[in-house]
Amino acid sequence: MTATDDKKTNELKVFMREAKTKDHPDSQLISILHKAQELYGYLSQDAMSQVAKEMNIPTAHIWGVATFYHYFNLKPKGKHSISVCLGTACYVKGAEEILNAIREDLKIDFGQTSVDNLFTLQEARCLGACGLAPVIMIDDKIYGSLTPKKALEIIKSYKK
Amino acid sequence: MINIFINDKPYKAEAGQTIMQAADKLGFHIPRLCYHPKLSIEGACRVCIVEVVGMRNYVASCAYPVSEGMKIYTNTEEIRRARRDIVELILDNHPEDCHTCERDGNCELQRLAFAMGIRKRHFEGEKKHYEKDLSSASVIRDPNKCILCGRCVRICSEIQKVNALGYAHRGFKTVVMPAYNMPFKDSVCTTCGQCINVCPTSAFIEKNFTQELFQKLGDKSLIKVAQVAPSVRAAIGEAFALEPGRQLEKELTAALRKLGFDYVFDTQFSADLTIMEEASEFLERFQGKGKLPMITSCSSAWMKCLEQFYPDLIDNVSTCKSPMSMASALIKSYFAKKINADPKKILSVACMCCTAKKYEALRPELMVDGMQATDIVVTTRELAWMIKSAGIDLLHIKGEEFDHPLGYSSGAGTIFGVTGGVMEAAIRTAYELYTGETLLDIEIQDIRGLKGIKEGKLVIDGKEIRIAVAHGLGNANEILNTIRKDPQRYHFVEIMGCPGGCIGGGGQPYAGSNSLPLDEECLKKRAEALYGLDRNKTIRRSHENPDVQRLYKEFLGRPLSAVSHKLLHTHYSPKQPQGIIPAELTVK
Repeated sequence: MTATDDKKTNELKVFMREAKTKDHPDSQLISILHKAQELYGYLSQDAMSQVAKEMNIPTAHIWGVATFYHYFNLKPKGKHSISVCLGTACYVKGAEEILNAIREDLKIDFGQTSVDNLFTLQEARCLGACGLAPVIMIDDKIYGSLTPKKALEIIKSYKK
Repeated sequence: MINIFINDKPYKAEAGQTIMQAADKLGFHIPRLCYHPKLSIEGACRVCIVEVVGMRNYVASCAYPVSEGMKIYTNTEEIRRARRDIVELILDNHPEDCHTCERDGNCELQRLAFAMGIRKRHFEGEKKHYEKDLSSASVIRDPNKCILCGRCVRICSEIQKVNALGYAHRGFKTVVMPAYNMPFKDSVCTTCGQCINVCPTSAFIEKNFTQELFQKLGDKSLIKVAQVAPSVRAAIGEAFALEPGRQLEKELTAALRKLGFDYVFDTQFSADLTIMEEASEFLERFQGKGKLPMITSCSSAWMKCLEQFYPDLIDNVSTCKSPMSMASALIKSYFAKKINADPKKILSVACMCCTAKKYEALRPELMVDGMQATDIVVTTRELAWMIKSAGIDLLHIKGEEFDHPLGYSSGAGTIFGVTGGVMEAAIRTAYELYTGETLLDIEIQDIRGLKGIKEGKLVIDGKEIRIAVAHGLGNANEILNTIRKDPQRYHFVEIMGCPGGCIGGGGQPYAGSNSLPLDEECLKKRAEALYGLDRNKTIRRSHENPDVQRLYKEFLGRPLSAVSHKLLHTHYSPKQPQGIIPAELTVK
């Protein structure tokens, strides 16, 4: 374990100790898992077991919560997240072709991370930029009026 | 009492009852699926819906309380259709393989579909496709059969407090699984099999050894030896549509011979032997050699639970093997010598009320001279199926006696199958070993019955001995936490992993069409069957068993001798399955 990991583990522990002082510590589980994901980027089994031990909540239950909510990632995420909008406007304007081009280029599907750990591919349902359709979002930046070629060029610029 | 109307007729009900409870008392059996009286209300299946006048929607009668003047309809055309649709939708993504399913004929979903009158299927839905989890020595998990009623999740967390199971993912993809979807064998599952008992379908089922056993019974080069646990005789009749409570000891012995066993022994014999060893061990500890309280070690689910959750109490647990493993060890040593046979040629089969015994049989600590002592364990259910499949008429067969030298038992060995029985049997013997006098009042009422935790006191030679009995791992949890906080409170504690003790084991016959799994009335009748056998015996104390006395004279020497220690005792060590909460943190 690296020094930064130690620091993160400690921060999570402090967060949980605080949660335990509240009225219903069990109901703090979701906020604790959010904290763990914020620290580690995803929920590893180690992190969930750590929560189980500190909070005395069965791991089967924590696993249930972690798998129920889409927000929680159970696998490490890439450095950048690519969200391809499949909302109505983007779809009509050719989002599927863009999606297929990205799938082929990065050899990944929704929810997966590229081998070089650079990109995680996600599906989005309307990013509120329909005027620019079709759009993708990389991290928190929106790219609009795309063609498959343009999309791949943008992705290429993140590879450096 | 309040006034309610069911199907336009006036009735009285108790305030605070749910509609289902009130209806049950009044003779209306509302169809149900996820409901179980011993478990929390889930309201997941919606099968028990009824119409309540003034309510916008149908209500789940398992969860909705009655109120003054309430008008309830349980069986209108519309409610029947709604209920049928609900069951049809459950069937919709259930595999349509009833005729090859292990629970064909005793499946609650099948019965429900029949009762709903589903004769034509209206919906054709997507099926689930999951791998079966075959990793456990005892319990198979098949998510394809699961209808998400959640009874297994609730019994595992609420009654057993093991928490091996939870719901993962959501919607159509919801699956009941252990944490991290790890293989069952790596999880905290204690293999008690209570999930099998409460499962309405075959999403949980024991690892079946019937085919392998049939094959080996046909192998002429083997000497086939069976042993039968007390609770099997008390319950197997239920699998043949008998009312609970009729014991079939002699019929079962005859049936096992007809199946092809050369020798049929009684696990009750080795229960007597367990008492000799365990009572002696207790008295040693009581006189300062070893830790108190001493806790019993017969229940294999409890042993797995101990190693995982209570490693700090390992020294408190008796080193005695379970009666099954004691008998198997003797079969491959003492008995093999007696009949002049190579123990490797002996097939040692245990007929048990238990799924955890399948796990126990594989424990490396229990090997005898490099051999697995118990080769195959079959549950009461598997045995019942084998008897039927072989065309043996169990109910009308002429009864037979067990074989010697491991077949004769005292009444004390019989009551091992009921919660409190091991303690009662141990006291009958310990009293006499310690005082030299015979205990006359041998039926110890304080520790009989189905109360979760029972406590008692007795005086031996002027000294007070405080005892306690727990059945079901949830009750055990409570008593063990008490021991952690107050180690002086008890001297001797009996723990059984299953509700009711072995009679409520995970391998017992499924509930019939008129009963529920873990029904207390049924457990009481099974218990009474064993208490009846005990009462009718002339010899009711383990140390008076002449075959046990002979075994010590010829082979073991005395209780706790070197030979005893080699063959009849074992040891335990802490285990940490993945994702477990360490013991020191579970004390609240």
